[in-house]
Amino acid sequence: MVELVWLIPALPLIGFVLLLVAGNLLGEPRAGWIATIAAGASFLVTLTVFVGLLGRDSHSGERSYELVLFEWLPAGSLQVDAGFLVDPLSVTMALFVTGVGALIHLYSIGYMHGDPKYSKFFLYLNLFLFSMLMLVFGNNLVVTFLGWEGVGACSYFLISFWHHRESAATAGKKAFVTNRVGDWGFMVATFAIWSALGTVTYTEIAKSPAMAATTGTAVSLLLLVAAAGKSAQLPLSVWLPDAMEGPTPVSAMVHAATMVTSGVYLLVRMNNVLTDDALIVIAVVGAATALFAALCAVAQHDIKKVLAYSTISQLGYMFLAIGSGAYVAAIFHVITHAFFKALLFLGSGSVIHGMGDEQDMRKMGALRLAMPITAATFIAGWLAIAGVPPFAGFWSKDEILLAAWEQKNIGPLLWFVGLITALLTAYYMSRQVFLVFFGDQRWDEEAHPHESSWTMTTPLCILAGAAIIGGAINLPLVKDWLVLEHFLEPVFNHPHQFSSGTTTKVALAVISVCAGLAGISIAILSWLTRRIPTDRLEPEFLENAMHVDSTYARVVAGIGTTGFQAAADIDKQIVDGAVNGVGKLTMRMAQFIRPAQSGYIRNYAIGVAVGALAIVVLLTWGLLL
Amino acid sequence: MIELFASQNASSFPVLNAMIIVPAMGALVVVLLPNSRPEMMRPIGAIFASIAAAMSLYVMTQFSSHDAAFQFESIQSWIPALGINWHVGVDGISLWLVVLTGLITPIVLLGVDPHHDPKPYTAWLLLLQAGSFGAFLALDLFLFFVMFEIVLVPMYMLIGGWGYEDRRYAATKFFLYTMAGSALMLVAIVSVATLSAGDQGITFSVIELAERQALSTNTARLCFLAFALAFIIKVPVFPMHTWLPDAHTQAPTAGSVVLAAVMLKLGTYGLLRFGLYLFPEASVWSAPTLATLGVIGVIYGAIVAAMQKDLKRLVAYSSVAHMGFIVLGIFAFTTQSLEGGVLQMVNHGLSTGALFLLVGMLYERRKTRAIEELSGIQSAAPIFAGFFTIVMLSSIGVPGLNGFVGEFLVLIGSYETRRWWTIIAAAGVILAALYLLWAYQRVFHGEPTPTDEATPDLTLREGLILAPFVAGILFLGIYPKPLLDRIEPAVDVLIAHIEDHSDYERPSPAAPVVVDLDQLGEDGH
Repeated sequence: MVELVWLIPALPLIGFVLLLVAGNLLGEPRAGWIATIAAGASFLVTLTVFVGLLGRDSHSGERSYELVLFEWLPAGSLQVDAGFLVDPLSVTMALFVTGVGALIHLYSIGYMHGDPKYSKFFLYLNLFLFSMLMLVFGNNLVVTFLGWEGVGACSYFLISFWHHRESAATAGKKAFVTNRVGDWGFMVATFAIWSALGTVTYTEIAKSPAMAATTGTAVSLLLLVAAAGKSAQLPLSVWLPDAMEGPTPVSAMVHAATMVTSGVYLLVRMNNVLTDDALIVIAVVGAATALFAALCAVAQHDIKKVLAYSTISQLGYMFLAIGSGAYVAAIFHVITHAFFKALLFLGSGSVIHGMGDEQDMRKMGALRLAMPITAATFIAGWLAIAGVPPFAGFWSKDEILLAAWEQKNIGPLLWFVGLITALLTAYYMSRQVFLVFFGDQRWDEEAHPHESSWTMTTPLCILAGAAIIGGAINLPLVKDWLVLEHFLEPVFNHPHQFSSGTTTKVALAVISVCAGLAGISIAILSWLTRRIPTDRLEPEFLENAMHVDSTYARVVAGIGTTGFQAAADIDKQIVDGAVNGVGKLTMRMAQFIRPAQSGYIRNYAIGVAVGALAIVVLLTWGLLL
Repeated sequence: MIELFASQNASSFPVLNAMIIVPAMGALVVVLLPNSRPEMMRPIGAIFASIAAAMSLYVMTQFSSHDAAFQFESIQSWIPALGINWHVGVDGISLWLVVLTGLITPIVLLGVDPHHDPKPYTAWLLLLQAGSFGAFLALDLFLFFVMFEIVLVPMYMLIGGWGYEDRRYAATKFFLYTMAGSALMLVAIVSVATLSAGDQGITFSVIELAERQALSTNTARLCFLAFALAFIIKVPVFPMHTWLPDAHTQAPTAGSVVLAAVMLKLGTYGLLRFGLYLFPEASVWSAPTLATLGVIGVIYGAIVAAMQKDLKRLVAYSSVAHMGFIVLGIFAFTTQSLEGGVLQMVNHGLSTGALFLLVGMLYERRKTRAIEELSGIQSAAPIFAGFFTIVMLSSIGVPGLNGFVGEFLVLIGSYETRRWWTIIAAAGVILAALYLLWAYQRVFHGEPTPTDEATPDLTLREGLILAPFVAGILFLGIYPKPLLDRIEPAVDVLIAHIEDHSDYERPSPAAPVVVDLDQLGEDGH
């Protein structure tokens, strides 16, 4: 059954081609349904492949299946195939990508209702899903890069979907260009790996011996650059908050659940080449990003901006997990995060939709009465991300904090940063829930908030269910319940082992739960019961994301533009100036000797005489010598 | 010494000669047509150009894929006293450029309206096709020089006769600049032929001269520099590039397309065929400098492109950047980098050619190329914007489209021998996205003004003109193997030739999956 893997990306590709050819003819809602069916069918095939993989023996290496379609870039000793790799990691990723993806397709049918470019939206969604699946299933770095760039291009299309808005067009461009910085890292890493190992195929890289220490660390750091671009880690995080200019289903699918986790996927996929030195850097980047973004989320007013910074922060957790060597924990959090963050984004979309495109939380409040399903599902997502047991987020976050604690060099520090982030996460998410769904009504009566249609609420309910019980895929209570960990085991050469005793584990879990509850309590006191004055809880410094973005913008607009303009001026004045100068010089010299051609016979006669004399003199002189 | 009457392939019909002669004859026929029938000129010209195109496709299908030698060779004695022959042949390096030349000419001839004087326009375009075929196929230095110079004339006439406001300045600059470069090449050609004569007699045969390697090191280096100068002006390589933006911007659309797709390739092709092949030692000697200039071109071209206010000028500067990749690949001397370089010549022809067509179509609608005078075109002309997007992504180098394949092979191959150059050149991919997306945003995104709103969308005819380009962009992006298979043998032989005649040794590839840990760190040699 695993042989069907090609069908998984092929289905959304077929959907894309159908919509490209006949999208406008199909119109609303048929175009949306076709895209959704393509995504749903892709999920069903993924399930089939998953079952097929489960049927294979996990210990004899049979749970790794490669399907080569054709040779893509054969050049000398370089062999790049258009091939797929089916193994526990790719199937795990594909399951939630297609599953959550299909739900968001369904949701979009209602959300995009009435948009003049309705079919085009679904065309991009299907192309995105295809690219994402190529990224996940590629059996070598170059096919993954194909998907990597494909999702980047789709992200560009989708962010600037409403491109008549200047801000949307700029945000799309910014996302693409920032991602390209990461792509540079990806490309150079690929070159270095091929140069050192002679292969770009994952299964062969996994079997290769370790690279020389410096090469290995360099490659690891280049992969980190790549991953930081796609997964919006510091210092390349600036594009993600702006990406919220795209329609909300896009934010949920591309910029929360799937695409942004591909950096995590890449690092986990390449776990065999990551060196210990590089892992520390990854952990520090992850922890710093987690804290930075959580602080920024505290002071946002836009309902989607809170979630955007929250996404960056949660991705930071995943990088922290990788840096601590806990790859399974990272993937576990990727999955639970996909559930609850997609849920929260779709919930926010439902709110925005119901409020008539209002995104400012200061103009919301008490919406639980008008939108009961949205509110109830949003609350499930909130509890999951806040780390309240037994919701999904608790289990995965707890595992990351434990791994951070056990990190060899700076474990306790990483853990502490993670803990503070957990507290902040619980706080800002509670603030959001209270501002949007509780408290006083701060909107005008004309807003007429209403519950959304069934195509939008059904995905909310399914995702809420997943956010509640999703942790069950990897429960640490009994060893046999670590389903995900056992399933993913064959992917890693050196599976991560937790060394702490039960007492430590329980103590850490209790502390992190307390941190979450503390965050929620502060939020209750300040935003629900208003016991704590809130006027100083939204400092401008944090609202402006510590001015990182504006500093970049100033550098690009200032030094960047000046430098670029200087280059253009040099090209015009000096490089081309020299060329025109040669032309002018020739003309000038011609002017100088032009009088010689005066047209007077006597002048020419003198010339001939002088010339003849000179020749005679020269010849005589030559003979004498 | 020279295989006379050699025709290696089964058919004895000298198809390569016919490819050069048919469009030239076509030019003659068009000139003889009565002036009273202007509407006949382009269709009749297109028939001749299409026959030549069909012959180039025939050569493509009959080309033996795993053969490094020259195929379809044909030799006729021309000036026996000087050992000059009409000697043509095709190998994996020239094959795809020949096919590109063949296909592009009829498309632009039919697709782009000259607006006035269709007779000379058609004739010049046909002569351009004939000359370009000749330059790519010539295996005799004298013949090559003649063809290399001949193509200047029609392009000069096209720019000067059908170009935009500054056409005279641009045409003169183009002609004088490139002519100045080739003057020294003529000296070098004569020097190489006479100095290599020895006991075996004088010859202008490229194959023969490459085998003899009779020149002393210093002479060879001087001659190489003379050749290289002519070619790097043609490519153009920084800092010899400033004729290009003027020529491209002022040329009529057909001129820009052929200039980008075909004529710039004469430079990179010349570096490969005559630089590396005739002067292997000098090539290795000069490689660090030329690779550096190529990389400067990649970064510099992109930066200057970003600041352009004229859309066509922006595309012209993007050419400087793209051609820089090819130069890097050529002077990295690895199988992948050279294969990528040859492939990138074709890729650049497709994507930049298509970009010029698109900008030309936009000009036809709006009578402006100024970026700031355009806005929101995507709302007014979504299909046009869609085509532009695909071509733009190809130019940016997004995988799945052709641009990536060439760039990736150039870079991964160059990484082996020119590591730091490659790392810097790879940053060009960031800049390519920057200048193209920025231009796209200003022209296609945003609110359309009423004038923008009235911009008509792509017509069926225009779609049909662009379709072959887009088909090529997709095909080469997904399945470049048929091309790579045919390029590889020729490229490998060329590298082996360089190894034989210089101290260069290509890096031995790392073995995929090293089983034994002890083998680590060894070179394998």
